[in-house]
Amino acid sequence: MIGLKCDWLMEEENRHFVVEDYQAGEPRWCPGCGDHAILTSIQRLCNEEQLEPENTVFVSGIGCSSRFPHYMKTYGFHSLHGRALPIACGVRSRRPDLNVFVVTGDGDCTSIGAGHWLHAIRYNMKMVVLLFDNQIYGLTKMQTSPTTPKNAYSNTHPQGSWIEPLNPISVVLGITNASFVATTVDWNPVHLYATIKEAHKHNGLAFVRIMQRCPHFTADYFTGLMDDPSKIVLMEHEDGIPTTDVMKKYFKNRETHDPSNIIEALDYAHRTDAIPIGLFYKNTNAPVYSDFSAMGLDTSNDAKLEALEKELNKFSI
Amino acid sequence: MKKEKELIEINEHIVEIVSDSGEGAQTAGQMFGTINAKMGNGVWTVEIIPAEIEPPKRSKAGASGIRIRLGRNEVTNAGDVANVVVGFNEQVLYSRIDTNSFEPGTILFLDKKWSESPIEQERTAYAEALKDFAEKGYRVIEIPLEEECLKLVPDPRRGKNMWVMGLLCELYQRDTGLVEKEIRKKFARKGEKIIDTNLKLLKSGFEWAEENLTFQYQISSLDDGIDRIVTNGNQAIGLGAMAAGFEVCSMYPITPATSVTHYMASVFRDVGGFVHQAEDEIAAVGFAIGSSYAGKTALTVTSGPGMALKTEMLALSVMAEIPLVIVDVQRGGPSTGLPTKVEQSDLLSTLYGSPGDAPKIIIAPSTIEECFHFMVMARKLAEQYRGPVFVLTDANLATGVQPFPRPQLEEEWLSPPIDQSDWNPNVEPYQWDPETGLSPRPVPGQKDGTYVLTGLAHNSKSKVAYESNTNQESMAMRSRKLATLQKTLNPPAVHGAEKGELLVVGWGSTRGAIEEAIDQAREEGLAVSSLHLKFLSPLEPGIKEIFDRFDKVMTVEINYSDDPKDPYYDQGNQRHAQLATLLRSQTLVDIKSWSRVPGYPLQPRIIKNAIKEELAVAGGVK
Repeated sequence: MIGLKCDWLMEEENRHFVVEDYQAGEPRWCPGCGDHAILTSIQRLCNEEQLEPENTVFVSGIGCSSRFPHYMKTYGFHSLHGRALPIACGVRSRRPDLNVFVVTGDGDCTSIGAGHWLHAIRYNMKMVVLLFDNQIYGLTKMQTSPTTPKNAYSNTHPQGSWIEPLNPISVVLGITNASFVATTVDWNPVHLYATIKEAHKHNGLAFVRIMQRCPHFTADYFTGLMDDPSKIVLMEHEDGIPTTDVMKKYFKNRETHDPSNIIEALDYAHRTDAIPIGLFYKNTNAPVYSDFSAMGLDTSNDAKLEALEKELNKFSI
Repeated sequence: MKKEKELIEINEHIVEIVSDSGEGAQTAGQMFGTINAKMGNGVWTVEIIPAEIEPPKRSKAGASGIRIRLGRNEVTNAGDVANVVVGFNEQVLYSRIDTNSFEPGTILFLDKKWSESPIEQERTAYAEALKDFAEKGYRVIEIPLEEECLKLVPDPRRGKNMWVMGLLCELYQRDTGLVEKEIRKKFARKGEKIIDTNLKLLKSGFEWAEENLTFQYQISSLDDGIDRIVTNGNQAIGLGAMAAGFEVCSMYPITPATSVTHYMASVFRDVGGFVHQAEDEIAAVGFAIGSSYAGKTALTVTSGPGMALKTEMLALSVMAEIPLVIVDVQRGGPSTGLPTKVEQSDLLSTLYGSPGDAPKIIIAPSTIEECFHFMVMARKLAEQYRGPVFVLTDANLATGVQPFPRPQLEEEWLSPPIDQSDWNPNVEPYQWDPETGLSPRPVPGQKDGTYVLTGLAHNSKSKVAYESNTNQESMAMRSRKLATLQKTLNPPAVHGAEKGELLVVGWGSTRGAIEEAIDQAREEGLAVSSLHLKFLSPLEPGIKEIFDRFDKVMTVEINYSDDPKDPYYDQGNQRHAQLATLLRSQTLVDIKSWSRVPGYPLQPRIIKNAIKEELAVAGGVK
């Protein structure tokens, strides 16, 4: 018996995944689209964490970014516009064994799916939610999204959008039971990867807004930030996204922010002089809905039948 | 002390308790129904529920109550007119008069306190009503309801119902020991003091009736030795769902469906499952779809407006072939409609209410017992046919209470643990069998089964369809599943003779009333039969052949159709009832429909009248 078990263990250990094990198909995003960088980062995370492809699920809604699951060789669910979060919550509810990732765009998450967004944050089920925020509707060809900057041109607002954009970070920070709130950028793979990695480690819903370039419709939106990284303020803290020397070289403008401080987190979220990236807020004590929803998973058939007979007795005449 | 009483033998009776909202008429009525069921009598109850929690007192619109039909034998519907009514005030009874619930001879027990009300309008209204009731031929018996209750409780609104229970128990010679048990069960959480007060109220009502009523009913029961349970339809749905092995019930509150989930939430934990209250109707079904995709058995429970919100998700469930059970407890529509009242108006919207072609399985229980067993069937169908299964019940079944044989639970009803064995990499995620359209389904966790499910048109590999023939092919595969299922079904059984002048076709909760009407009509010598459909999609086989054996076919439904007798309609513009529309297109038979939307269950005598009218028209044509 001991020998058998050793053999079995050996076999399990031999299952080593390489990056290619997570790659599927040729991404059909435009050349220069920020989504490519995020895809690469995620595949790297899967590889470095050795996530079993069969135990990993990517759920998305509709939009350019929501094509994401098609390019992963894991289980995937390319669902409906705005509905990735309730579906992902359903997937997670009784499957604590799965790694659940949600990919959603700014239209998908903060507009048509805004109701679900708010409640998913509050449920705080264990999953990583990646908001690909390119501040425009891409797939439907350049309409204003809730995060489109004021006065920006779009096909629905050719004279420029009228009102200030919605701030996804301050919204999420305002939701009770939010437990992990971060921003990163697609053009800095080091910070992007470090942020996603921290998000994956978090026991709860990790919300990561990724500022993402759309070369086709909004090529100039982020060029100011890219050309002058000092317009970005990197939030540093030992409980935050770990900063490396490479990061420090790029992001000269750095400030210390304790992610357990919600008031300061809100201040950062509302900063206008510079764009803060890093971890705004983290609370490891927030109740996790999926801990409750998975209760009773091990109930045996005998126990179920016994409970049911007891119920029938209650109605017996 | 006991009076010499006139003993009246009865085979069946209809009792109503009608009050202002919040006076506990339904609690007492359900208890009275249970007692009768426990004593071996047939029972059917139907609740009269106002749309608001506390509507104005002493008003027609605020009437809250319950009808209990009890019989020597099995009772299958709420019946026609009431024999005995207890009114907490006279005004609420007018809502019942409006719905033709009483007839000359109906006994009305009325609280006499209104005759001594300090408010003049109330005194006048009461006196006028008494006069009116007498003119209508009702037999009014005034009772000191509030007066007696005040001797025992400070707030009679919380006591009158049990006093009435006592009265009814004496009147129908019911076993007060059983009532006592029920009271102890009902108020167990509220403590001994509350139980004691209720028992005193019960006794007071009983003793008053004993001393003051000059008659008593005697109803025997058929003791057939069958072990029965008694539940309402929504409880039966909840019990059935748990016995069927569902693990996840995802819902958003909506009348009259929610009580299914109230019941489930109270016990689901012990059966290893949980109720998810989602943020909205769309999320409720999305959550269930996600759970099901991950291999867990999930259902969602809703009513018409919720169905409307869910349509996009339901089409996803069809398109991506995700097993799912949707219970639609139908209410009056369109829009917010009649939230607490019965209608059968969601048939066509369920069938066709999704964008694109979305073939679905639709079944409709017609009894409380079927509410239980159809849930077991629904889960199996959803998994076997890899898609959504709709269970259409309605507000009549939801609150209707009927005893039925205790289900013999089976372990195989419970869902097996999810398959986590290695997937055969040579099998595609939608490897459709061209003969049946069926395909095996990989579940996350299965090695080598990874695929990306999508709501976009896709091929058997679940790859987005870029070739022109893919969509045609995959549509055909999804549609073929219905034909496959239809081949496994038996033709429905005709109630009555196999051929005749008129066949009445129904579905859902109207079964009991239709069959009772048919039985009465046949006793009168009419050549009528009825057919009740359990499957609405696919339709059961052999229906056309049955139709062909009758001169005429007519559906009876609780949804709207144009009355062909109205001068506005002709063959070109008349809109038919929903099942009739469906059957006409499927069979090419010129099917008539008789349908009404009164907000209450169809009564047998109304159906019988419709049958006679239709036969007279038929006779006229000949």
